[in-house]
Amino acid sequence: MEPKKMKMRSEGLAVFYQQYQALRGIDMNIAANRVTALIGPSGCGKSTFLRTLNRMNDLVEGTTIKGQVYLDEVPIYDKEVDVVGLRKRVGMVFQKPSVFPMSIYDNVAYGPRIHGIKNRSHLDEIVEKSLKAANLWDEMGSRLNSPANRMSGGQQQRLVIARVLAVDPEVILMDEPASALDPISTAKLEELISELKKNYTIVIVTHNMQQAARVSDYTGFFLSGALIEFNTTSELFVNPANRQTEDYITGRFG
Amino acid sequence: MKRGPAKKRRSHKESFIEKTLAFSAGLFVMVIAVITIFIFSKGLPVFLQVGWQDFIFDTDWRPTRGIFGIGAMVLGSIAVTVSAMVWAVPLGIATAVFMAEIAPGHIGRMLGSLVELLAGIPSVVYGFVGLLVVVPFIRQHLGGNGLSVLAGAIVLGVMILPTVINISRDAILAVPKEYAEGSLALGASHHQTIARVIIPAARSGIITAIVLGMGRAIGETMAVVMVTGNAPVAPNSILAPVRTMTSNIVLEMGYASGDHQGALFSTGMVLFVFIVALNLVVNRVAKAGGINGKK
Amino acid sequence: MAKNKWYDRMITAAFWSAGLFIVLILASIIAYIAVKGISAISLDFILQPPSRAGRAGGISTTIVSTVYLTLMSLLIAVPVGVGSAIYLQEYAHSQSRFGRLVNLIAETLAGIPSIVFGLFGFVFFVVFLDLGWSILSGSLTLAIMILPTITRTAQEAILAVAHEYRENSLALGASRWQTVSRVILPSALPGIVTGIILSIGRAVGETAAIILTAGSSLGMPIAPSDPARTMAVHLYLMAMEGISAERAFGTALLLVILIVIINYLANLSLKRFSQAVR
Ligand SMILES: Nc1ncnc2c1ncn2[C@@H]1O[C@H](COP(=O)(O)OP(=O)(O)OP(=O)(O)O)[C@@H](O)[C@H]1O
Ligand SMILES: [Mg+2]
Repeated sequence: MEPKKMKMRSEGLAVFYQQYQALRGIDMNIAANRVTALIGPSGCGKSTFLRTLNRMNDLVEGTTIKGQVYLDEVPIYDKEVDVVGLRKRVGMVFQKPSVFPMSIYDNVAYGPRIHGIKNRSHLDEIVEKSLKAANLWDEMGSRLNSPANRMSGGQQQRLVIARVLAVDPEVILMDEPASALDPISTAKLEELISELKKNYTIVIVTHNMQQAARVSDYTGFFLSGALIEFNTTSELFVNPANRQTEDYITGRFG
Repeated sequence: MKRGPAKKRRSHKESFIEKTLAFSAGLFVMVIAVITIFIFSKGLPVFLQVGWQDFIFDTDWRPTRGIFGIGAMVLGSIAVTVSAMVWAVPLGIATAVFMAEIAPGHIGRMLGSLVELLAGIPSVVYGFVGLLVVVPFIRQHLGGNGLSVLAGAIVLGVMILPTVINISRDAILAVPKEYAEGSLALGASHHQTIARVIIPAARSGIITAIVLGMGRAIGETMAVVMVTGNAPVAPNSILAPVRTMTSNIVLEMGYASGDHQGALFSTGMVLFVFIVALNLVVNRVAKAGGINGKK
Repeated sequence: MAKNKWYDRMITAAFWSAGLFIVLILASIIAYIAVKGISAISLDFILQPPSRAGRAGGISTTIVSTVYLTLMSLLIAVPVGVGSAIYLQEYAHSQSRFGRLVNLIAETLAGIPSIVFGLFGFVFFVVFLDLGWSILSGSLTLAIMILPTITRTAQEAILAVAHEYRENSLALGASRWQTVSRVILPSALPGIVTGIILSIGRAVGETAAIILTAGSSLGMPIAPSDPARTMAVHLYLMAMEGISAERAFGTALLLVILIVIINYLANLSLKRFSQAVR
């Protein structure tokens, strides 16, 4: 693969929860308009890493962060950085779909509204576009006013994605987005991810090797808070350089 | 297009809101400080002038002559409170056990909302019913004029039931189900399990319930003033009339002035200190006990 | 074995009778007041002002005073109580030192007897701030008394709102206040309302503190600086001075009816809240 434009980059990133060190000096490049998958055993720090990319860890009391993360080569852990603006540019889809207790429409319009868009027809447009992009328009386009928490789990997960898309971010972080989904919804989601990478940079945490292999261009393998191996997905899965990586992807690992 | 993370907008609105909210929380500190300062500044002079021992233990209360001993009222408060607790605490705990462990779910819940209602009925209404039902009953069947420690104990007991019941029930419900299951699995009966496992495990919550019920009883004013006859002398029998510290305040505040008023504030100050101390102790007990019966 | 069974049954029966006894107490209080008070209640009783110190006429002014005082105290206590709950849960964290201090104070305030609040309200609002016996003094005092209930229930309601809502909203680039006002408060609202309704119950029934701060004038309060006599104070004075038993029963019944309605509403909103949170 030809060298890619870098969207985000972490440099010597270390994260501590109180005394406990969850990440040890992570250097990683995240390519623009590509899907980067993060894999590794439970508790190895994948979510922690993901959450440093839009500073969600700031919300966890007692967290210390060392090192730096760059978005378009601008450091995001600087004193003057507007965290709210950063999160607008780096959206996040959490592991458990959590829709707000409002209508489908209001869920999607939530982000644009807080960012100051009031014009109804403009909002309508954004809602439609986002739902279409999230493959939800055909199912839900006629039921925009029904409460979002009555939808199925798979629909809710796509609604959460539509909600992020409506903010028009540049990067989308997804933490095990398929963990609560059945195979059909998972397939739809993977299809969606492949489409989205045309316009967005995507980082996805997954426990599913096949999924990582199917959807991602790059893969990083984490173990005990360290980034053991990072490479193109094809290379990492076919030709792992590291013994631990090989053990993990072939399932010989605990 | 290449743009870095935006520089922080100094959001005036956000920080203004945060400061306003912080201020409202800060008001709590101010309120308790102002209450303490004013109660003490009005209550302390007479209290010190009389001397704390004489003030609290002397049973001579002749405010118009400048003799301020609230001993009789202290005894009155203790008499009424203790005799109310004697019957209301066991009944309250039994009811809490019933609601949490024995009654079928829907009956437990129904009883719960009835207890809420019992808690909601105003003191004056209790006092009123006490005056018109309990007092005549005592007068006719037990003698005396009916306005008595006993009447106070009956009315007050009913009033502290909700406190005792609710907090004990929450404490019992908070006992992990595994404890009970472990005991039942060993062949203990349901009642043995309640007595040997559940109640001991909920102990600190139940103690909290009793202590808070006691605080409620000591502080209650209107119901007590209506049924106890209010004679400022130490009671010598359960059928004798009695005046509590709270009654003393509400009865005389209307016309008291000067040192007399100061002495009423001293009475309030003693109550205040006692109740605050009680609450702090409860706070410790609840924390130390692990299962926090207080919500 | 047979003996054991009998023993068990007797214990069960004892517990049932404890529960039954509580029902009996409540039922007989309410029935007694209802039976004795129903004949006093009429439209005139509610709409006419009292005359001859309550010996004749209705209780309209005391109803107005009760509503007036209650609303004013809510006006003061709800913003402060809910505001501090938001601050402690969403900004400072209730486990911070400041949060623990405020909660300890709230707990302490909740335990302080009405009469002490009455004394404080008298010396501070009535005398020191020179507000006199008035609706204003009364409602400021009442506001302090209901503050703990409002804050505590609001904190519990906010805490019960799914943590994910908060994270999701912030991850979409919402500010703290946007998150609070658009997601958290709407979800916590029924729980907050429950606390407010319960405080209304407390305010309506309060007597000792009101008598010392709002006075006992039977006139119709217009301005917040006017003195007032609430229904509860009216009932107390009529009972103590032996004025018109019939009207006293009528007042007591109205108070009880109010409390029953208030409790019903509180239960209703609690139910809606637990459904919403789930
Ligand atoms: N808020 C926290 N406080 C303390 N320790 C934490 C906290 N969050 C995570 N940890 C710890 O940090 C380590 C990394 O957690 P993280 O959630 O990043 O793991 P993960 O790789 O996402 O695991 P999983 O696959 O199970 O989601 C774990 O050992 C976890 O226990
Ligand atoms: Mg994770």
